[in-house]
Amino acid sequence: MNTKLATILLLASATGLAACSKKAPEVLPPDPVSTPRPAATAAPTVTPTGPTVGTQGHFAAAVGSSTTIYFDTDRYNIDTQDAAALQAQAQYFARYPQITFTIEGHADERGTREYNIALGERRANAAKAYLVSLGVDANRIAVVSYGKERPVALGSNESAWAQNRRAASVIIN
Amino acid sequence: MKALLALLLAGTAVSVSAQDLGAPQSEGGPVEVIESESDDVVIRITDEAAWSDIGIAIPAFATDRERATPANADGTGALGREMARVITANLRNNGLFKPVGPDSLPQPSFAQIPAPAYSTWSGRSAEMLVQGYVRARDDGKLVVGCYLFDVALQQQLVREGWVVGPADWRRAAHKCSDLIFSRLTGESPFFDSRIAYIAETGPKDRRVKRLAVMDSDGANHRFLTLGSATALTPRYSPDYSKILYLSYVDGNPRIYVYDIGSGKQVLVTENRNPTLAPRWSPDGKYILYSMAVAGNTDVYRVPATGGQSIKLTDSPGIDVGGSYSPDGSKIVFESDRSGSQQCYVMDADGSNQKRISFFGGRCATPEWSPRGDQIAFTRIAGDFNVAVMNTSGGNMRVLTRGWQDEAPTWAPNGRIIQFFRTEKNTGRSGIWQVDLTGQNERRLPTPVDASDPAWGPIRP
Repeated sequence: MNTKLATILLLASATGLAACSKKAPEVLPPDPVSTPRPAATAAPTVTPTGPTVGTQGHFAAAVGSSTTIYFDTDRYNIDTQDAAALQAQAQYFARYPQITFTIEGHADERGTREYNIALGERRANAAKAYLVSLGVDANRIAVVSYGKERPVALGSNESAWAQNRRAASVIIN
Repeated sequence: MKALLALLLAGTAVSVSAQDLGAPQSEGGPVEVIESESDDVVIRITDEAAWSDIGIAIPAFATDRERATPANADGTGALGREMARVITANLRNNGLFKPVGPDSLPQPSFAQIPAPAYSTWSGRSAEMLVQGYVRARDDGKLVVGCYLFDVALQQQLVREGWVVGPADWRRAAHKCSDLIFSRLTGESPFFDSRIAYIAETGPKDRRVKRLAVMDSDGANHRFLTLGSATALTPRYSPDYSKILYLSYVDGNPRIYVYDIGSGKQVLVTENRNPTLAPRWSPDGKYILYSMAVAGNTDVYRVPATGGQSIKLTDSPGIDVGGSYSPDGSKIVFESDRSGSQQCYVMDADGSNQKRISFFGGRCATPEWSPRGDQIAFTRIAGDFNVAVMNTSGGNMRVLTRGWQDEAPTWAPNGRIIQFFRTEKNTGRSGIWQVDLTGQNERRLPTPVDASDPAWGPIRP
């Protein structure tokens, strides 16, 4: 009984590990960016409730979790999941050709500081190169690496590190 | 923490007339050496092997005449006691000898400084005796004399004197510590030196990182940047007049040359690409930096006065960092061209690049010892630890056992290594130091969390 339970737990954790080591855990859908204002006393004009074009909110609403791609430890290759996300991004940027944006490259904390800045740079440039190959003008894309200096997940575990090894496309207004 | 703050406040109060870092010659000014007044015959002590067990008595420094100075409003006598405390703390905190400080020792008179009452000290199982004096000169400067005696032989081993401005009184105490240390161990001095580092505050995902400097014992601490832009990886120039560091002040990672005297800073190279990992050549004439071009990082060299950069590495992997051998002829750097971070040595012109680390795990942030015989680095094998190896990669020894210890920097004499240790989960960081035996490890007191220590050379 105990043995069986332990086996199941082991299997479960092994599966969990396998999933983690490959890809970031499912990213939560982005928070709704603009909450509809409570109807004020003024005339109830028909205000658009969605975010406006040219904002990160609009971009995120359009492509969902595809604003960010994730990498394996020390890697910077674009795998099929990354490619799908970047294709969604490329479609969006094709539809709004006036938008310029920045790709922020990041690394997890389990690397030395300087190497991680170089690694984040390499990751962001890999994402940029892929978008350019999909037809996005290189002049619209800025790149910056933050190394391990700006984690989004704060734990010191594989799940957190997987979320931090990322290249995030950001529209800066 | 409260005690630490109080100490810092006290330090601030004491150094009322201390020049701000922004003022010229606040850093790196030479200390004038004088003959201290007594004649003697220097005798070499016989046994230098068991020096760590030597009991040293360090009574309060005496004064010829009580005078309040900007260094200590209570007078030169109180200042003399502080001097002896600083020397005692220096030796004790670094695991050197068995020092006994002024608070538990009798106070010698001014006349006794060059001629100790040996019977007083032999009864206290002191093998060595440090005595000194503080004299306030009419021109506002302080004359500090430092004497080391062998109690059993009843002989003076060494003496030296210095003239310092009142704001630099601690430097005289460090010079005296260095004199004692060097005389008893045969090693080069290291106490009179400064450390640049990154002061860290705030939560893990919004960490504020500021450029800061301090003396080798943590005193005279100052923040040099406000923290609005992330600052990383400082390096003191060999003459302490400038600091190289990385700043995100324009939104991108770029290396700046910060002039301490003028407070002005310039880009290390006029270029749109991100630059990182700055290093000085031992003579201060060249700067190594790494630059990412379209995602590929290589190591470059540029004259410190500006001008044409020369690309030293050219691999599709990440080549980053670099640390010169003391004679300037070779550079050790890290590269992941083999698939993971490893350490490589090349000639200073970039030729003859050869991997030296083959001991399993990864090799990162190599730093050549000022003595030339060792390379310290971050060893990544599960955890991150500080290790040393010889210059061809042999005799690897791991010195620390933290979860994440990285970025070693050498004391000017190559006997002690500082590094920073990051805590799991919280991301809290602190500067630690360890000696080459790995036995004496301690955390350095800093007012806030700290990382990226960079130990400067011995001051003139």
